[in-house]
Amino acid sequence: MRIACTRYKPKNMNTLKTISLALALVPAMLSAQERFATRTGHIAFFSETSMENIEGNNRKVTSVFDATTGAIEFAALIKAFEFEKALMQEHFNENYMESNTFPKATFKGKLTGVGEDEMKKEGNYTVTVAGDLTIHGVTKPITAKGTLTVDAAGQVKATSEFLVNPEDHGIKIPSVVRSNIAESIKVIVKLDYAKM
Amino acid sequence: MIRSAFVALSLCASPLFAQDDLLKLLGEEETGPTYATASFKSTRVINGHSLENTARGVLDFRISHRFGYVNSGVDGFWGLDDATIRLGLDYGITDRLMIGIGRSSYQKTVDGFTKYKILRQCTSGCSMPITLSFLATSSITTLQTEQLPWYDPTRTDYFTHRMAYTFQVILGRKFNENLSLQLNPGVVHRNLVGRAEEANDVIHISAAGRFKLTKRLALTTEYFYILPDQIDAKYHNSFSVGVDIETGGHVFQLQFTNSTGMFERSFITETEGQWGKGDIRYGFNISRVFTVAKPKKPKE
Repeated sequence: MRIACTRYKPKNMNTLKTISLALALVPAMLSAQERFATRTGHIAFFSETSMENIEGNNRKVTSVFDATTGAIEFAALIKAFEFEKALMQEHFNENYMESNTFPKATFKGKLTGVGEDEMKKEGNYTVTVAGDLTIHGVTKPITAKGTLTVDAAGQVKATSEFLVNPEDHGIKIPSVVRSNIAESIKVIVKLDYAKM
Repeated sequence: MIRSAFVALSLCASPLFAQDDLLKLLGEEETGPTYATASFKSTRVINGHSLENTARGVLDFRISHRFGYVNSGVDGFWGLDDATIRLGLDYGITDRLMIGIGRSSYQKTVDGFTKYKILRQCTSGCSMPITLSFLATSSITTLQTEQLPWYDPTRTDYFTHRMAYTFQVILGRKFNENLSLQLNPGVVHRNLVGRAEEANDVIHISAAGRFKLTKRLALTTEYFYILPDQIDAKYHNSFSVGVDIETGGHVFQLQFTNSTGMFERSFITETEGQWGKGDIRYGFNISRVFTVAKPKKPKE
């Protein structure tokens, strides 16, 4: 399919221009995408046992949420998780998450429970997020409940809490320290989106 | 004409279908430089210093133990009857600057040091292939005057005779997850030496390496080469081989070495043992870290 530009006669140019202009407007009308993004999302995880409490915080999570389709994605750099103890951070990266080999944890899924029109109104909405969570190179499906808040200025805040089992994602915990790490780790996600 | 319109329409319509990889729309994040971490599991290889520092606000309590010579046979219970100890405390002032003090039972020596990381090996976001540190240590023998090995009642002894200093540049690189190597060229300055022919400033270079066998187990080795004609012929180069075992908060370093003392003047310039003759000591270092100053929590 070639555009034979040289064969156009000058008298057809005006028609061509009108049609092209009309076509250019079509995408603008159809794809008024309601997309929200953040680069400073906060993900924290907690492991509480009688032996030891472990808490890691990542405040540089990137996420994009498309209100039109409900698609939601986020990515967290493993080395950006901060701990109170430097040695804990070193072990987390070197021995457990192997962050040199698997630098990011990612999630790709769909958010249901709120429509594009509701997103334009102020309010709190209970939503469900379902998709694939990839940690340490292993992908597992996950479903979690969350809360979506739209404030007066149209800013969107999303929070969610769910459990992750490290062994589901191929993270080996040696028997020596097995009682130092909880079987299920509590993960709390807090994202403050801005319109893209 | 209709063909071109068709092409234009299909091009305009494509954004409606590209819902995959929303994150790609954000573009790549600009992450700062990331430095190599955990090149060695501890701040010492075996006797000598590694290129690692204690992290900021962390206190490292170290107990080092050397038994007697293995060739002492059943009588000396293969060395286990004999023992020298060093107790030490290391502290990380910043991630690049650390200090430490210690006391050895060998010649009742008190030692102190400071180590500063001048260059850090970069894994991404910058280009620096090596880590370069500077180490300055000093030691004082606190034995009673009559107990000093060089005691001579006919000669005036000064307090400064008890002191020695070591300056080293530590050049190292973490080649991959399993292999780290370093070179430590340096000089040991001894205020008092046995004979005039011996050098007060002993120039040496050491080579050390760490080979990770599993996530928590590593093989380590180090060798101190002293440039010729500096020390008495009865002293030899220090060579050590060991294993590092890491658990939650401890690093256990188990080793075989021909050196006795655990401070630089002793193991670099006064090693009497010879591997060939079986003058090998079994020893261990235990390192236990405590977080003293917690990092500041960012406001929510």
